[in-house]
Amino acid sequence: MKSFARLFLLLDETNKTNEKVKVLKDYFNSVPDSDKMHMLALFAGRKPKRQINSTLVRNWAIEASNIPPWLFEESYHVVGDLAETMSLLMPQNTGSSSKMLTEWIAEINALGNKTEEEKKLWLLESWAMLDSSERFVFNKLLTGSFRVGVSQNLVIKALAEISKIDAPTLTHRIMGGWQPETYTYQQLIQEEGAADDISRPYPFFLAYPIQETSEKQKSADELKMSLGDEAQWQAEWKWDGIRAQMIKRSGKIFVWSRGEDLSTDKFPELHPFLNALPDGTVIDGELLSFTNGLPMPFNVLQTRIGRKNLNKKILEESPVAVIAYDCLEYNGEDIRYKTQTERRQILEQLHSATPFPDVFHISALIPFATWEELGTIREQSRAMIAEGIMLKRKSAAYQVGRKRGDWWKWKIDPLSVDAVMIYAQKGHGRRADLYTDYTFAVWDGDKLVPFAKAYSGLTDAEINKVDYFIKRNTLEKFGPVRTVKPELVFEIGFEGINRSTRHKSGIALRFPRILRWRHDKPKEEADTLDSLRALLGD
Amino acid sequence: MPHSLQVSTRSKRSRRSISKNGTLQLTDTYFKTNFGNHRLFSMAKKPLLEFTDKGIYCPAGKFYIDPWKPVDDAVITHAHADHAYFGNKHYLAHHFSKEVLLYRLGDIQLQTVAYGEKIMKNGVQVSLHPAGHVIGSAQVRMEYQGEVWVVSGDYKVEDDGISTPFEPVRCHHFISECTFGMPVYQWKPQAGIFNDIDSWWFSNQQHGLATVLVGYSLGKAQRILQNLDLNIGKVYTHGVIENTNEALRRNGLLLNPTERITADTLKEEVRKGIILAPPSSVGTPWMRKFQPYSFGYCSGWMAIRGAKRRRAADRGFVLSDHADWDGLISAIDATGCESVYLTHGYTATFARYLNEIGFDAHEVHTLYGDDEGAAPSDAAEEERSVQPTPEGKVSKRSEVKVSPSGEDSEGADAGEEPL
Repeated sequence: MKSFARLFLLLDETNKTNEKVKVLKDYFNSVPDSDKMHMLALFAGRKPKRQINSTLVRNWAIEASNIPPWLFEESYHVVGDLAETMSLLMPQNTGSSSKMLTEWIAEINALGNKTEEEKKLWLLESWAMLDSSERFVFNKLLTGSFRVGVSQNLVIKALAEISKIDAPTLTHRIMGGWQPETYTYQQLIQEEGAADDISRPYPFFLAYPIQETSEKQKSADELKMSLGDEAQWQAEWKWDGIRAQMIKRSGKIFVWSRGEDLSTDKFPELHPFLNALPDGTVIDGELLSFTNGLPMPFNVLQTRIGRKNLNKKILEESPVAVIAYDCLEYNGEDIRYKTQTERRQILEQLHSATPFPDVFHISALIPFATWEELGTIREQSRAMIAEGIMLKRKSAAYQVGRKRGDWWKWKIDPLSVDAVMIYAQKGHGRRADLYTDYTFAVWDGDKLVPFAKAYSGLTDAEINKVDYFIKRNTLEKFGPVRTVKPELVFEIGFEGINRSTRHKSGIALRFPRILRWRHDKPKEEADTLDSLRALLGD
Repeated sequence: MPHSLQVSTRSKRSRRSISKNGTLQLTDTYFKTNFGNHRLFSMAKKPLLEFTDKGIYCPAGKFYIDPWKPVDDAVITHAHADHAYFGNKHYLAHHFSKEVLLYRLGDIQLQTVAYGEKIMKNGVQVSLHPAGHVIGSAQVRMEYQGEVWVVSGDYKVEDDGISTPFEPVRCHHFISECTFGMPVYQWKPQAGIFNDIDSWWFSNQQHGLATVLVGYSLGKAQRILQNLDLNIGKVYTHGVIENTNEALRRNGLLLNPTERITADTLKEEVRKGIILAPPSSVGTPWMRKFQPYSFGYCSGWMAIRGAKRRRAADRGFVLSDHADWDGLISAIDATGCESVYLTHGYTATFARYLNEIGFDAHEVHTLYGDDEGAAPSDAAEEERSVQPTPEGKVSKRSEVKVSPSGEDSEGADAGEEPL
């Protein structure tokens, strides 16, 4: 654990990419292979299973720290990270431990069938032999909130330099459902991917936004300047669902969502169509709820995402189908190197052969002659239940991750309203101890009704000013939440709006965020609930 | 017996047992606090200190402590911008604050005294005692008709090797800061921190990186200067830090040698040394010209990962001139006070905790910092920023705005020195 904790410290100590890669390489070169795989799993976002629930961990940490529970909670709001709070509050360690990461994770995984008393004893003993930096990463493992300030790309880059295997191949090989206990470093870095797992998806190719913000509209001329001749591009709608990869290999089917969750069982409607695909096929597409052959808004799909059991009612109300974008593997061959146009032809062949056209849709191409014309078509996105337009270069291969150049997303401008901030809460991570999480309200008669929470959109300097205001204009405190004097007005942007029975305002927004601080608007001029309802459009 | 000090020597344990009996506690405290031991019938007597919109006021002595609006008579705990404002008719401070105050506030009417020296102000006996915060920082002790009040200003309990170390002063009423009044703030001894700084500097030197270390120009900068291992290299300073150093040297303090960075300074030489810079220089062209460099930040806020990440420093060194959690509690306990008033920092949380363990603690609102708003905010720092003139005197002093304190509180002189 010492080298893993040290890795964390060193990564924290630099903001420079090259330095971070060097630190990662040093780590890889100094630890046993099993530790490499565990580290890779953690940094690739595979949380270890939570073996002790976090309330118990928290309670035992409070006991070990010898402070009242309320003071622990206050400390947590100052630190903004539970694992760090616990490591700061506990007394100095009395012993030390030379156990490696692999051993610690094995011990954590073995806790599953222990009694509560045994778990507590193990935890208190473990804390007593870890210093505060070790304890911090240990607590992170334990509470399963393992997010690190290093992108997977950097880890892959370091690993590629050490193993001499190229980064896209490595990225591909750490996709899918492997376990660090069984997938060895030797398997990861062998020359030929012979031991490849038949369920393994390809890394998704992601588009770059054409414009960073809605205020910087791109004109037809600018598009012509940066993208060139219209004939080189293929345009499609940007659908708003769950991006997924569907695999049929050796008679078995797999559905992976972009978050790399194996979701095959969550979409039983897709099984007949997937089973009917030829072996050795991989399709990239979007999963959406459909009714009468037309896609429905995301919130319909959302109602079934989190559910463990899909009952008949849900399957009837929110039936899922695929809009296919791309074909990545055909006849067992990785065809990502082929051009967009060639892959599209193969996808069209697959589509025309399917006996399930109600479930297997293909993303229609949008014919356009000029950028100006496409800009006009883009205005219809919202009516199409799309988020905007995707542009793909006809000659481009299917690449790994978010790359500039060949795939662009041209999203529509968000909807927006002016709203008054009424509640605030402290943020987490680098926003710890600052009020950064706000609740906004609009007028309903002479009352302010909360309708959205937003966390992002302000600059650091603005956050500091808002924080300063909140600390001096607090009306009431409810635990971590402060009621703030209604005064500051912000323009809130969002992608979609729907009716909701769960919210006081009767509406739910998709991706609400702060577009800007309206210094120019007094609170009386903020929008009303009626103006929000008008956006429902039904 | 006028002037005799009746100090409570009850332990925390006995405080707690008293607080179990509400009536007894009320009578007892009220007696000691408001009557003294010999003035049972002066019920209407005002407390010795009041918290007013100009600052902490002593009506009997007719003077203020660290006022933030202009007054006739001001006692100054230390020369940081949120404690020493411009515009007062008369100032009283410690000898070691003299030159820095004159440098920062210009031509003021200033009287300075030694620690422990007694001065009478309208019948109130006033003396200054070491606060250990920065060079010349003081706690203000006031005694009147047998009752003793102490205002801590800012303080730390660890001996930093340059400021006169903190001394607890027995009193009935203690007015304390609590900038770091949360249990997550626990400092390590400075020797270890300076070892870390020295090895970081040495390693930068080996790798051809310049070393830029950021800390406040009065206090932190000199503390670093006096504790670095100067066998590694020379110490270079940003203009505002060197101006402060010069003021302190005029005051007779012996500081290690430093070299002011000017347009003529050779960058290759600077690269081998260590550069001391104020917080306001972070991210400026002045700093960028030392690229490639590693930049370290010395502050108590560095104890929290999130705060450190906000600053985007390469290295955060947890080095504070304020008392940590245990330091605050031990300092308050050592005064033997009956009541403690918390002026700035995490006042609400800290007061609640002190009350739970048997102290009689109160939150008071001052402009040294509003509730927990003491955490550093760059916006607030900017507001206070006043550019020094090339001669090193602060201009437009009357525009200095009232802002919360904390470690960032001396932004008033942290402007960039023209090169």
